Amino acid sequence: MADKLFYFLTFLALLSALMVVFSRNPIHSVLYLILTFFTLSGHYVLLNAQFIAAVNIIVYAGAIMVLFLFVVMFLNLRSETQEKTSILSKVASVTAAGLLMVVLVAALKDVNLGTVQATPDFDSQVGMVEQLGKVLFSKFLLPFELASVLFLAAMVGAVMLGRREPGEQNTF
Amino acid sequence: MQLSNRSKKMVVKPMTLKERMYLPAIAAGLGITIKHFFRKKPTIRYPEVKREFSPVFRGLHVLKRDDLGRERCTACGLCAVACPAEAITMISAERKKGEEGLYREEKYAEVYEINMLRCIFCGLCEHACPKAAIYLQPDVMAPAFYSREEVIYGKDRLVENADKRANAGLDRVNGVRKLS
Amino acid sequence: MESVLIFKAIFILVVFGITLLTATYSTLAERKVAGFLQDRLGPDRAGPYGLLQPLADAVKMFFKEEFIPSSANKWLFIAGPSLAMLTALMTSAVVPFGDSIIWDGQEFKLQGMEINIGILYVFGIVSLGVYGIMVGGWASNNKFSLLGAIRAASQNISYELAMGLSIIAIMMMTGSLDLNAVVKGQAGFHGMAWNVFYQPLACIIFIVCAFAECNRTPFDLPECETELVGGYHTEYSSMKLGLYLFSEYTNMFVSSAVISILFFGGYNFPGQDLLPFSHNVITIIGAAVFFGKILFFIFFFMWVRWTLPRFRYDQLMGLGWKSLLPLAIVNVMITGAVILLTGK
Repeated sequence: MADKLFYFLTFLALLSALMVVFSRNPIHSVLYLILTFFTLSGHYVLLNAQFIAAVNIIVYAGAIMVLFLFVVMFLNLRSETQEKTSILSKVASVTAAGLLMVVLVAALKDVNLGTVQATPDFDSQVGMVEQLGKVLFSKFLLPFELASVLFLAAMVGAVMLGRREPGEQNTF
Repeated sequence: MQLSNRSKKMVVKPMTLKERMYLPAIAAGLGITIKHFFRKKPTIRYPEVKREFSPVFRGLHVLKRDDLGRERCTACGLCAVACPAEAITMISAERKKGEEGLYREEKYAEVYEINMLRCIFCGLCEHACPKAAIYLQPDVMAPAFYSREEVIYGKDRLVENADKRANAGLDRVNGVRKLS
Repeated sequence: MESVLIFKAIFILVVFGITLLTATYSTLAERKVAGFLQDRLGPDRAGPYGLLQPLADAVKMFFKEEFIPSSANKWLFIAGPSLAMLTALMTSAVVPFGDSIIWDGQEFKLQGMEINIGILYVFGIVSLGVYGIMVGGWASNNKFSLLGAIRAASQNISYELAMGLSIIAIMMMTGSLDLNAVVKGQAGFHGMAWNVFYQPLACIIFIVCAFAECNRTPFDLPECETELVGGYHTEYSSMKLGLYLFSEYTNMFVSSAVISILFFGGYNFPGQDLLPFSHNVITIIGAAVFFGKILFFIFFFMWVRWTLPRFRYDQLMGLGWKSLLPLAIVNVMITGAVILLTGK
């Protein structure tokens, strides 16, 4: 049951991820990306990591993708308004993507996938909120706090950028 | 210039903390609406319950007949003159021999039309009539219509049926109408 | 195991039915409440007291012309209302409608899905609710619809933050993300230890945000008819429009349920541990009380709608970012300090 679900989710994830790239309409791309996030959340649930699954939905599908959609809606991209891409940029993009693929293949070709065994000390609760919280605040305390500082800096920066200069008109 | 002492001076103060919190004002507003929720509703459920007409109500016109069933109208035109909306037109004709049973006077209205779109139901025609021929019923309203031709009421629809006299409610309002 | 599965299947069907039925009759209740608050009677022609009015509305909706604008994106135009309805209905899966029924020595929980991240699930689905509006608004290819969709999106993002932070205070007190545990945590003082008494500020923030997330007046700017014709559903007709309107009422039902769970004791009721009844009877009474609380909050939604005028758009954003968000953060900090000091 679980492995069938896994293959179904993987198929859906790959298909929607490919559709993100191939759809001509940017709105469709964004919607396929949301679908991809859903299938990823499904994978998290299969791994018994419900918290990560829920947070993935809330943060990515619920907030970030809404903003993406928001911006893309404003762009009003229609098929007739798309400009022609030049040969040079096509060649450059194919080269860049090819190089990326070479790097990925080189990096992953020697990876030992290993096998998972149900050892007696296997803890099924490892993906749950309590475990995650304990690990975050003990073993990974420093990265966690550093990330929060980073977010704070980003927030302050956003406020600074969005702040109205004295004398600036309201542009609503 | 000082016109009266009733003018109020507007003072725009910055809002107090209580006002800026919105919540007390919202609670007060909710209190007002919930009071209305439990109030008795003034709605009249129309087809089942009908509203009483006022005792001085003036409704659809009728051209009356006398006791012998003869038309009272003598086409004198006073109603048309009195009408402030100029809604009444008529053509008079002379009574022939053998028509004494139909018309009371020697002259009668061959055509008598009231345009109900123009009529304001003021009742001045009734006042002006020396023969007590035109009469605004106290219990019948001019019905709704689909075309403009329908609204011009001719004699076929104005003269009362010889069998069914339109004096329903007449007794009820007799005194009031004579006075007014 | 088998009996639990059968019970769950029946229970989910019942919950689904109750959700739809409540939403259906909310449409009538809305008009009735509006009438009564304005010294009118509301619809009373279809059936006794107008009780068949939702049926008449549904028949009307189904028989209206199905209209799709020629320049609309057809698939997304159809997907919009479906998404709105889908996300509205998904949330009630984790709502605990009652404690548990013990039958034949086996315990059946009155909750569709017993997951330990119930609140996050609710929150996730709520944050997805805006997609139906956005997709429908964009696909209509109409400026008014697009503006409505954009308003809905920015409004939802803004108020989600304050909403999440107000829930965090509750989570800190309860120590769990499980909705059932949240309800159980309010059972003290003979079923009166409701979170609203401990967290009044969080409660107010949450309710205000719930209004905003449901796009209800005073925050119904996405469908504000004075400025945007019909907002995101300007181009919709027939049952597709019906689904949009219906999903609003379903959302209202669900958010009323969540408000009563988080702050008003869920299925706890005063004096529940003093009654000399068996566990099952108490559970059934509790479920009825919970339903009563939901109905009260649905009424509250309508009451507010017919009392308050609509906010201006900048006021809406100002309230969300400049008032509710800082207040929610302060609330979290105070709660944390109190928990740290009292050590519980």
